[in-house]
Amino acid sequence: MPIPFPAPGLNVVKALGEEPAFKAGDSVRISVRYPVGHYRVPAYIRGKLATVDAVMEPPAVNNEEEGFGRNAGCKGHYFRVAIPLTALWPGYAGSLLDSLRIEVFETWLERV
Amino acid sequence: MDDHDHSHPHPAAADEAPPGYYEIMETAIRELLIEKKLIAPGEIRRQIEVLDSRTPALGAKVVARAWVDPGFRARLLTNGRAACEELGISFYDDTQLIVLENTDKVHNLIVCTLCSCYPRPVLGLPPDWYKARPYRARAVREPRKVLSEFGTEIPEDVEIRVSDSTAIQRYLVLPQRPAGTEDFTEEQLAAMVTRDAMIGVVKVNLEHRIDS
Repeated sequence: MPIPFPAPGLNVVKALGEEPAFKAGDSVRISVRYPVGHYRVPAYIRGKLATVDAVMEPPAVNNEEEGFGRNAGCKGHYFRVAIPLTALWPGYAGSLLDSLRIEVFETWLERV
Repeated sequence: MDDHDHSHPHPAAADEAPPGYYEIMETAIRELLIEKKLIAPGEIRRQIEVLDSRTPALGAKVVARAWVDPGFRARLLTNGRAACEELGISFYDDTQLIVLENTDKVHNLIVCTLCSCYPRPVLGLPPDWYKARPYRARAVREPRKVLSEFGTEIPEDVEIRVSDSTAIQRYLVLPQRPAGTEDFTEEQLAAMVTRDAMIGVVKVNLEHRIDS
């Protein structure tokens, strides 16, 4: 039988960032930032509203830090988010149902 | 042995132009890494062997298994990487795999707008058009038009879901199993599944079946 985690009676306080900041269904906004360097958030989604589709497990190294050879202790969560194509592209010609799905690292997401 | 005597000129078998800037830079860095004993010459050759062993036939095997084995299909949709590893398809890097299931209501299309992220462990190297700017820009902007140029028409009441891979997740589309294949063996099913169907630009088509 698997041991429940945390085991009963243990009062474990999680460190900041251990738990995902958002859950499926949350509304988020993708940050509008234009830092110098290599970034994995395409410009066309910055500033857009999105809905969290799923939390990506396990937490992963921040690719943008890794790109500069820095990865110690900077694991965090990626979130798969959904954005309607009609919200991305004014005058989008396809169906209202059509959507984009993309994973965004938590440092780029703002709570709405 | 043939009696080919090489008495006539042959066209160059490979590009014999002088090396370009980046080619020279790559050679210099590679030689330095080997000289400093950070890598061995065999390691690069070995990695090329790893990549050469990855072809759409692996992805097709995964898809066919998912079509015939509901338990495997469920595990594949929960954790794509773990399910592929179950079949012996190793992942030689830290990427994860999300398998996107096409249904009567959803058609998935995959792209990497930033570069050329692709499920290489299961499909091998991406086609040139996948890496080219027109596909990368247009797949997220006008997916229905792009699909129709591949000969794929998706009804208006079916959601097009474009997944843009940017970081550690890679995608593989699980196409719909065509009607009329109920009696097919797993091998016959796998022979129908093309690379493009696993990118999501076409459906699996009974007429495109490769008889084995």
